[in-house]
This record gives sequence, structure tokens and C-alpha cells, in this order.
Amino acid sequence: MSTAAAQKSGFLATIWDYLTTVDHKKIAQLYLYTGGFFFLVGGVEAMLIRIQLMKPDNDFLSAGLYNEMITMHGTTMIFLAAMPLIFALMNAVVPLQIGARDVAFPFLNSLGFWLFFFGGVLLNVSWFTGGAPDAGWTNYAPLSTTSPGHGVDYYVMGLQISGAGTLIAGINFLVTIVNMRAPGMTYMRMPLFTWSTFVTSALILFAFPALTVGLFLMMFDRMFGSAFFDVALGGNVIIWEHLFWIFGHPEVYILILPLFGAFSDIFSTFSKKRLFGYSAMVFATVLIGFLGFMVWAHHMFTVGMGPIANSIFAVATMAIAVPTGIKIFNWLFTMWGGQIRMTAAMLWSVAFIPSFTIGGMTGVMLAAAAADYQYHDTYFVVGHFHYVIVGGVAFGLFAGLHYWWPKMFGKILNEKLGKLAFWPFFIGFHLTFFIQHFLGLMGMPRRYWVFLDGQGLNTGNLISTIGAFLMAIGTIIFLINIVYTAFKEPKVGGDPWNGRTLEWAIPSPPPHYNFAQTPLVRGLDPLWVEKMDGKKGMTPSEPLGDIHMPNGSILPFMMSLGMFIAGFGFIYQIDSSSWLIAVFIGMGITLGSMLTRSLKDDLGHHIHKEELERDIKKGAGK
Amino acid sequence: MSHDDVLNPKQMPHDPEKATLEGKNKFLGFWFFLGGETVLFASLFGTYLALNGSTQGENTPEHLFGLELVFIMTMLLLTSSLTSVYAMYHMKNHNFQKMQLWLVITVLLGLGFLGCEIYEFMHYIHEYEFTFRSSAFGSAFYTLVGFHGGHVLFGLSWITALIIRNQKRGLNLYNAPKYYIASLYWHFIDVVWVFIFTVVYLMGKVG
Amino acid sequence: MSNAKPAHQHEYERKQHREEMKHQVISFVMMIIFTFVAFGMVMFEVNSFFIIPTLILLAVVQVAFQLYYFMHMKNKGHDMPALMMYGGAAVALLTIITFTTLIWW
Repeated sequence: MSTAAAQKSGFLATIWDYLTTVDHKKIAQLYLYTGGFFFLVGGVEAMLIRIQLMKPDNDFLSAGLYNEMITMHGTTMIFLAAMPLIFALMNAVVPLQIGARDVAFPFLNSLGFWLFFFGGVLLNVSWFTGGAPDAGWTNYAPLSTTSPGHGVDYYVMGLQISGAGTLIAGINFLVTIVNMRAPGMTYMRMPLFTWSTFVTSALILFAFPALTVGLFLMMFDRMFGSAFFDVALGGNVIIWEHLFWIFGHPEVYILILPLFGAFSDIFSTFSKKRLFGYSAMVFATVLIGFLGFMVWAHHMFTVGMGPIANSIFAVATMAIAVPTGIKIFNWLFTMWGGQIRMTAAMLWSVAFIPSFTIGGMTGVMLAAAAADYQYHDTYFVVGHFHYVIVGGVAFGLFAGLHYWWPKMFGKILNEKLGKLAFWPFFIGFHLTFFIQHFLGLMGMPRRYWVFLDGQGLNTGNLISTIGAFLMAIGTIIFLINIVYTAFKEPKVGGDPWNGRTLEWAIPSPPPHYNFAQTPLVRGLDPLWVEKMDGKKGMTPSEPLGDIHMPNGSILPFMMSLGMFIAGFGFIYQIDSSSWLIAVFIGMGITLGSMLTRSLKDDLGHHIHKEELERDIKKGAGK
Repeated sequence: MSHDDVLNPKQMPHDPEKATLEGKNKFLGFWFFLGGETVLFASLFGTYLALNGSTQGENTPEHLFGLELVFIMTMLLLTSSLTSVYAMYHMKNHNFQKMQLWLVITVLLGLGFLGCEIYEFMHYIHEYEFTFRSSAFGSAFYTLVGFHGGHVLFGLSWITALIIRNQKRGLNLYNAPKYYIASLYWHFIDVVWVFIFTVVYLMGKVG
Repeated sequence: MSNAKPAHQHEYERKQHREEMKHQVISFVMMIIFTFVAFGMVMFEVNSFFIIPTLILLAVVQVAFQLYYFMHMKNKGHDMPALMMYGGAAVALLTIITFTTLIWW
């Protein structure tokens, strides 16, 4: 199937190739493009919010539109920008780091992407059909159950569909890492990025089902008249808060852990040193994942759970500072005495350490339940979580993209432009969010449409908005860099950074079977081990032979499209039951595609030895 | 391993469901999925336990539930779990026709269970006017038990599709993992039901 | 595929399977007995302080039979499945505790 597609050429053939691809490297690109697009959308929403708050009593946005803007900014950035960009890095790198030819479930990998894609599109369609969701990204009941119009319905259906995709992606990476490691790649030789992907995927597996149930209950209440959150019929709105945060707190570790892994690899490579305290780093990653499930109620201190529950969750929350501290020190010690190269990737990583540490410190402040009564729902909280999510996740994504760009596209992002993008973003970030802690302490509540003149909030908000513009400038320079690099930068070889891990042992971009011969791993930082032994590349663990590869398929796209159509049906069947037709058509497409997948044998295809030999002669493979 | 070795193995290995890398991946991935399903059902059980007192003064669990039907349903589902164990036993002995037969029995028992459940829901709706919308307890009850019923329906369709698809060609290394994980799914449905009859019906009767 | 298996190995495997099937039938009988006890306790209104903990205990043991015997979690090669099932069970337990203690007050 894929060989037939490869023989055709032209624009339509390329589109078809991407619609049907099951290659983890192409799916990584799809995640990157889609996630990048939503990152820009969420960024524009952020700019509109900051313009509205630039001066007191502003009327740039209407109150209702402002609520939609903050809701969509949060939802988009978390679910549609940060997570897919992380999946882009995972897909591009993890199979290479463990010496695999593909992920465990290539078909499901594609399905996971398309579900996310259509979920994200569905959510954003709401802008054009009478109003986006407006109950905040946390969507608390009863604000959400009583919100008029269909905005919140879009939130429910969009996140349900994209959440299913995320769960599938999580299971896929778990099995890939357990089953697909090359000979000699023991657990305690896996690069930190692979380790953190493993822990993150486990968190996805246990956290997302809670969101799934929460969204179902919300869907039933809004669309089918059930009474989970309807106090008049004995319902209870706190159920939503718990379900949301049982998912939501692990979610913030799902976001940050993979980037902790990326930073670890970057610090080690650009310090030309083995990662300091490798086993402590692994232990800390697992411990953060474990503790991440026991702290969700710290988002609910002011709900009134009582002093015992508040104390338990406060202590558990503060405990997370310990493994995180271990990590910070290990990164510092990795750099200590190393031969540091200040590349753009390294610049973002170094800037991450103080920025994230500030976010961690305010996190411990918020963990003190008694003090939280003062901070809760103020700009102090907004400052805190932007310090960890921008200072941690966004910096990590920029660093990871700079670091692995040559592996994904065969070219190094222009270093000068990379550093030029860094400085305005870095300065703008601190301008925007540092002052917000003080605005919060002065009593400015979050999610307010306007603030009044003469309360001492004017200067702080103006500074914050100026910072936001600097961040926008940084982002634009980064985009220019991508275009510039695509046209002007020269191609580089497989190992431009003098790397240590397996992904740097193969050409950039890698051939679609990754490794012509599965490598033999002889230690931590396997490529570095071979380099120290004076060898050029990895020792193969098998003779050159036919390689089994999966076939491409359009079915994942069709399944997700069916869900997308059914999503509209569910949203609008409240207005008219004729919309139920859309539900039946959509679910019919989805279930029909699933049945086709089940009944039709798909054994994949083989790449023959002769073809591999030809590739190796041309300089690929190995 | 060539395609022919997978579809027409000359010699069936000891664990046909885990003989190929694809089979190993399916096996592991499905177990992980069940780990996630555990949390999904726990969230539903939690919601039910939080709301089972919100009856608005009528149709309490004690008043509503009859244990006779639930006992029959439990026996049907428990037995169907054993019959699918028999099916896997014959798979390991490479006796394809007997495996198919035991799976057909499993499906029939599952259909019996589903029929009882539909009857039960109808009974509550028509005799007691107890619906999804009557109270928060009603919503939580139908959602929890209905999610389980939906799993039963999906499992039945899945196993039926497998039986029909492979009837003509017999067991091979490509469909053995599919049969195996379908039976895992069926056992998990039984696991959930054990908690449903305990937490919803028996504890509901105790009050 | 490997060469044809010797007949005695084939016979040995069948015997092993029979042995395992016997264990599974025994666990089925135990599950049925537990179910009878649980229903019996409620139907005959055994009025005791311990009835709810006992019902839950019976369910947990029955589920353990189901997982370890019917789903073969006791066999080799089930370390990762066990890890993820226990992980799921831990989160499930936290969720249930929360929903029975922290929703109404």
C-alpha cells in the first residue's frame, strides 16, 4: 500500500500519504504542525486578554467575549497546544532513543493523532457557531451546566474526542517502551526523555479516565437531562471538581515531566558529560508521578473540605518539592565542570532552571492551605501556574525543538535567530508574570473582565501587557527562523551535536525503517560508549535482513471523522431531534471503520534486504 | 516471520497469543487499557456512592431492587466467564472448533444477561416511573449500570465478529491474540459486575 | 517456525493445561460459593455490624480469583500487567475514598 503511494507523486499524493501514514516520524510532524497552529491561536487569545487588561475600565472586549477568551486560551494551550507538541517530540524521538523501528501500535498512533485533531477542530468551530465555551478551562458546575447556548457543549464533545486520542497515545508509548527496546537497552540505560515519557504515559492512563467520566456526566446533564450536578434533584457540584482535578493535577505533571526528560538530555549533551545522578533522576521522575495522584484537592482548599483533608493534601503537595529539588540540583551538577556549549537549546534550558524554580516556590506557598485562602483565585495563582507552564513547558518545548529539529528535518535551526527569539521571550515572560504575583497579593481576582482605576493596579497591568508583547515578538522571530532555516540553512549529518543517545546514530531525517540493523546497546548513553571505544557507529545486533513494516491506512482518519460528525449531532439534538441523524451517521462511520479494521487482515509489508543495501550505499541506514 | 508463517503456521507454539511481536504488544496494551478502565469504573462507582442517597424521598435502592433477577444475572455472567476460560483452554490445545463452540455459549449467556438487564430497566421505568431524570440517584444508577451494559454489548459484538470472521480458516498466529484479548475483556466485564452486584444491589438492600 | 515438537512435550503441555483448567474450575466453584454467601446474607437479613465489610471482602476475593486464575495474572510474564492493574486499583481506591468522604459534609 505505502509503496504504491510512494510511486505516485505530486501534491495530492503527499496529502494522501499524510492522511494514511502510520510512520511515527510523520505523525510527529502532524502533531507539530497542528499543535503549533493551536499554540498560535492560543497566543492570539492571550494577547487579546492582555490588551483588554492594559488599562482600567477597558472596553476592548465585551464581558461575554472576554469569558470565552480566557476559557479558550486555557483549554487550547493545555489540550491543543502543549500536549500535542509534547507528543510531537515523543513520536519523533522515543522510538529512535530505544532503537525501535516504529511504535508498538502504528495504527493506533495515527488514530490518536486524528482524534486529537478533530477534537481540537470541533472545539474551535464554536467560535463561528454562536459562541465559544465560557465557563473557564476548569468548567466548574453549576456555572457550566447553566451556561446558555452551545459553547460548553462544544467543550464537552471536543475534549471527549481529543481525550480519547490522548489515552490511546499514552497506552501506545507504554507498550512501545516495554516491548520494543533494542537488545541491551535495559530500563536503567534508557535516556531520561524515554523514562519521563514512560512515567507520563502511565499518568495519562490513570488520569484521563477520570476526565472521560466527568465529561460524560457533564454531557448527560447538559444534553440528556440527568441530575448529577442539579442540586434541586439531589445532585452535587463538588463531584465535577473532584473528577476534574483527579485528572487535572496529574495533567500538569503529564505536561512537565517529558520536558524534564528533554532538559536532562540537553544538559548532558551540551555539557559533554554523563547526566549527574542518573538513577536519582529516574527515581525522582517516578516519585513525582506517584505523588502527582495524591494532591489534586489542593486546588480545592477553599471548597470547605475541612481541616483534616486540607492538611493531608497540603503535606502531600509540599512533599513533591523534594523530588523536584533533586532534579534541579542534578541538572546544576551536570553542568558543573562540563564543557558547556551555549547553543539556543542550551540557552532555553539554562533559563528554565531559575524560572521554573520560582514557579515551584510559589507552588509551595500555595500548598500551605491556610495561606491559600488569601491567594485563591487571585492573580497570584495566575502568576504561579504560568511560571511553571511557560517557564517549564514552553521553554522546554523551545529547547526540545531546537535540539531535535535536525533529527526531524535534517537542518539545524539558525542559532543566531534562535538566540534572538529567546531574549525578548525570556524578558517578556518575566515582565508579564512576575508582576502578577503582586497584583494578586494586592487583591486583583483572576478571570475579571475589567479592573477599576485608582486601586494601584494600573502600572502592574500595563507592565504585564508590555511583557506579553515581547513574548509575541519572540514567538514571531522563532517562526521566521523556521522559514529561514527551511530555505537557507544547509543540510547537516546524523549527529550535529556530538550526541550521546541512539537517535544520533542514524541519518537525519531517518529512513522510514529507522535502523537498517537493530543496534546493540552496551551502556548508558549508548552512542557515547561506542565513540569512547573509537567506533564510528553502533554495533549491530543482527545481520542485515528483511524488515517488517506496518501498512498505512485511512481508517484512523475515518474513525475520527465519524466521531467529529457525531459530536455535532450530540450538541444540536437538544434543539431538534432531526440532528440525531448526524449521531447515527457519525457513529456508523466510526463503528463501520472499526469493524473493517477487525475483519480485514493487515499483516504489513517487508522491506527487502536489497533495498536496504542500496540505501546503505547511498549513506543511509547504519 | 513471513506472512505465511503467521497465517498458516506449520506448528502451533505453546502460547499462540504471544508468539508474534504484534501479539505480545496487543496482550500488554490491552492489559494497560484495563488498568485505565479500572479508574473509569472507579469514577462511576464513586459518583454512584456519592449520589445513592439523593433519591428525593421516593424510589430508594431498598424499595426498588429485587434480588432474584440480579442473582440470575450474576449466575449468567459468572458462568459465561467460565465458558470463555474453556474457550481459551481449547485455544492453548489448538482445538479450534471446540474454542468456537465455547465462545458461542459465552455469547448466548451474555445475551441472556443483557436481556435481563433491559427487562430490569424497563420494569423500573414502567412500574416505578424511575428514570435517568427522576433524581440524582436515578442518573447515577443508570449511568453506572448502563456503562457496564454498554461494555457487555460491545464485548458481545466483538466476540461474535471474531467467531464469524475466523470460522472458515481456523486458528493462526494473527487471530489468536485477538481471541485472547477479547476473552480478557470479557473477564473484566465480570470483574466490574461483581462490584456492581455487591455495591449497588446488595449494599443497596442492606441500606 | 521451529521444528515439530516432540510428542512427549506435546503431551506434557496438554497435561499442564488440564492441570490449570482444574484450578480454574475450582476457582469458579469458589466464586459461586462466595456469591451464594453474599446473596444469602442479604436475603436472609443477617443483621450484623459486619455485613457491609464482609460483602466487600467477598467481592474483593472473588475478583482476585477472576484476575489471578481466569485472567492468568498468576502466570509468568504478567509483571507489567500487574503493575498497571495495581496502579489503576490504587487510583481507584483514592477516588472511592474521596467520593464517600469528601462530597457531602
